[in-house]
Amino acid sequence: MTTYQLTVNGERKEVAVDPGTPLLWVLREELKLTGTKYGCGIGACGACTVHLGGIATRSCLVPVSLIGDRAIVTIEGIAGDAAGRAVQEAWVDKDVVQCGYCQSGQIMSAVALLKAVPRPTDADIEQSMGGNLCRCATYVRIREAIKSAAGQP
Amino acid sequence: MFVLVAVVPAGFIESRAAADNGGLAAWGKVYSVVTSPRCINCHTATTYPQQGDDRHRHFANVVRGPEGKGVPALQCATCHQSSNADSTGVPGAHGWHLAPLSMRWQDKTDKPLSSAAVCRSLKSQKVDLIKHHGEEPLVLWAFTPGLRPDGTARTLPPLTHDELVEATRAWVAAGKPCPKGGQR
Repeated sequence: MTTYQLTVNGERKEVAVDPGTPLLWVLREELKLTGTKYGCGIGACGACTVHLGGIATRSCLVPVSLIGDRAIVTIEGIAGDAAGRAVQEAWVDKDVVQCGYCQSGQIMSAVALLKAVPRPTDADIEQSMGGNLCRCATYVRIREAIKSAAGQP
Repeated sequence: MFVLVAVVPAGFIESRAAADNGGLAAWGKVYSVVTSPRCINCHTATTYPQQGDDRHRHFANVVRGPEGKGVPALQCATCHQSSNADSTGVPGAHGWHLAPLSMRWQDKTDKPLSSAAVCRSLKSQKVDLIKHHGEEPLVLWAFTPGLRPDGTARTLPPLTHDELVEATRAWVAAGKPCPKGGQR
């Protein structure tokens, strides 16, 4: 066990875990932030996406030992800025969610996209969101919500 | 009437040929490394990187992006950190990215380019190749590629890092000779 100091959603947290523990399990098991979901465990589905140092990151693949001092933002903290709030409101407005399991990862990726590309094209959305799978196939509503959050028709 | 006679020292032609041969032999060693999966998987001509010893297309719809670092919500750094993550089997090194298309070593059907074609490409690069092969973090990574997700070690290139640098140095010193032919 090693002790790590993490900054999660703006708060300092201390955890004592094995260095190889994926961030996902630190968030869910140690910090009880269960909004971030376990999907595939190999970075193929995107359900576990969080922001690490501002980059959309698959938390199931990142050992806690490699986080360093980079700030972590999870779905619980995503409404802390304008882009996050806009996406959150668009998701509600467009009624995107069906079962909801993948949606925290979808939202984290959508916010990362909009912060980099405020007015994304369909191609931008397809490429950036291409690593986030939805078994309910809510892709059309996801695209509508991203465009809505971007202020596009 | 004067007759100009070019006086060529005995053995000059032989020694020149030997130098070229040494350079070509050194190039052959360099080529064996740069076309090994640890290197060529990120020197593609397509919109995606490859992975694995069978050089299959990278999973999860990963794309090259405008700067070879992926796209905003699906960057290389979305999974690849600044060092190997052996507990999860994800390779990593500082600045993980795809080589630019000017340094593609495959064709668009994912077949490696010929030795002559890769040689000409490298010869035309402005980069200090000895320094690049000696110090670039992603080159160094190829020789310490970490563990696969199943916990087994990734396959190494056919030479050690020291051998690659020495072969590169010998090739450069010989004037970067390239094999003939090989349009692709």
